[in-house]
Amino acid sequence: MVLVALGFNQLIGWGPVGIVFALAIAGVSSAVAYWKSDAVALAMSRARPADPVEYARLHNLVEGLCIASGLPKPRVYIVADDAPNAFATGRNPRHAAIAVTTGLLDKMNRIELEAVVAHELSHIKNYDILVSTLAVTMVGVVAILSDIGIRALWWGGGRRHNNGGDRGSSPAAFLAVAGFVLLILSPFIAKAMQAAVSRRREALADMSGIEMTRYPPGLISALEKLRDDHTVVASSSRATAHLWIEHPIALDRDEGRLSRINRLFDTHPPLEERIAALREL
Amino acid sequence: MVALLILLGVVAVLAIVLVVMYNGLVRLRNRIENAWAQIDVQLRRRYDLIPNLVETVKGYASHERETLEAVTTARNMAMSAQGPAQQAQAENMISGALKSLFALSEAYPDLKANANFLNLQEELSGTEGRIAYARQFYNDTVYKYNTKIQQFPTVVLANMFHFNQREYFETDDGSRGPVQVSF
Repeated sequence: MVLVALGFNQLIGWGPVGIVFALAIAGVSSAVAYWKSDAVALAMSRARPADPVEYARLHNLVEGLCIASGLPKPRVYIVADDAPNAFATGRNPRHAAIAVTTGLLDKMNRIELEAVVAHELSHIKNYDILVSTLAVTMVGVVAILSDIGIRALWWGGGRRHNNGGDRGSSPAAFLAVAGFVLLILSPFIAKAMQAAVSRRREALADMSGIEMTRYPPGLISALEKLRDDHTVVASSSRATAHLWIEHPIALDRDEGRLSRINRLFDTHPPLEERIAALREL
Repeated sequence: MVALLILLGVVAVLAIVLVVMYNGLVRLRNRIENAWAQIDVQLRRRYDLIPNLVETVKGYASHERETLEAVTTARNMAMSAQGPAQQAQAENMISGALKSLFALSEAYPDLKANANFLNLQEELSGTEGRIAYARQFYNDTVYKYNTKIQQFPTVVLANMFHFNQREYFETDDGSRGPVQVSF
């Protein structure tokens, strides 16, 4: 959001007013996105509330884990989809929701389902939505600062030029070019940083989930089943990919330099890595 | 003049720190009470589910009188138990009796297909889970509290205001031994 505002600013070229404008847009949009994160995520996945009688087992598992962690019980939703997956959303534990696909309910047994629910509740407990929003905002601030830096150098370099002599402007020009390159790269750097933060929080949610259930084999078994299942969630999008327990969009795992760069942008650690980490417990 | 102001500032900060520490200890102590009460809530839920279960099973397997009576007796004992030790013992009896009851239901396909029975089975499973998690939460809370009142500097405040160590919920009924399974 911040970067789009920045781009807009560049085009219009309003100078300092533009920067304030960009910051304001970024601030407001981040705040709204954070406040309404649960409604947006649920609507995008076409989730519907889970009936307590029909999905008694799911509700029982969620309640049990909420007792174990001292969290208030979040709203429980179902996503009609064959791919096994689950996500959690909400700005704080009191305004949280978790959603589970029908595919997950079919393919997992009780213990595995409990492990997945524990992982999702851990996201809520660790305020991960807040963390990702902050990460997005801070990366955006860095982009804005580099934009300011470029402008300052450009104007400063220009004035020195007018006073005669090219000697003063080469380091300034170099810095300006460097700043420019950074600005152009900043969307990618931003995405990579967001993905890195997301990966850490996913690993943390795995461990926090185990802290709730005290039973690592449950989550290991669930992750192994996810690894071996290749169905893709139909009603997800790239924007909400980071919320699910496993990346919902199919990823090609071919070797090569390009795939290593791709891996920088993975929102989840590879399943093998997660399973190995859990086995060490 | 400046020295006096600095002194006042230091005293004020110290006071605030002490108040925050004290309130933290009070909160933890109350959370322990809450956690203990929550265990009882879940146990009560189990007691309330059992008569319904017994009636449903009776409808299909009325001649399995022994097992059914075992469950009912265990439940009554648990409800009238005096003191935690007796209650823990009665709770274990209930768990054992319920296990036999569910094992026995394997032999009655009509019973297994009964929606009410399946519902009750799920509810009881859920309740067993909740009881276990409530006990886990109680132990976690006791751990946090005990650790806090032992650590410096809270230990000074704790001793001053008589915040005492609390005990963990432990099972000392032989359930740590190997489980016997017999068909």
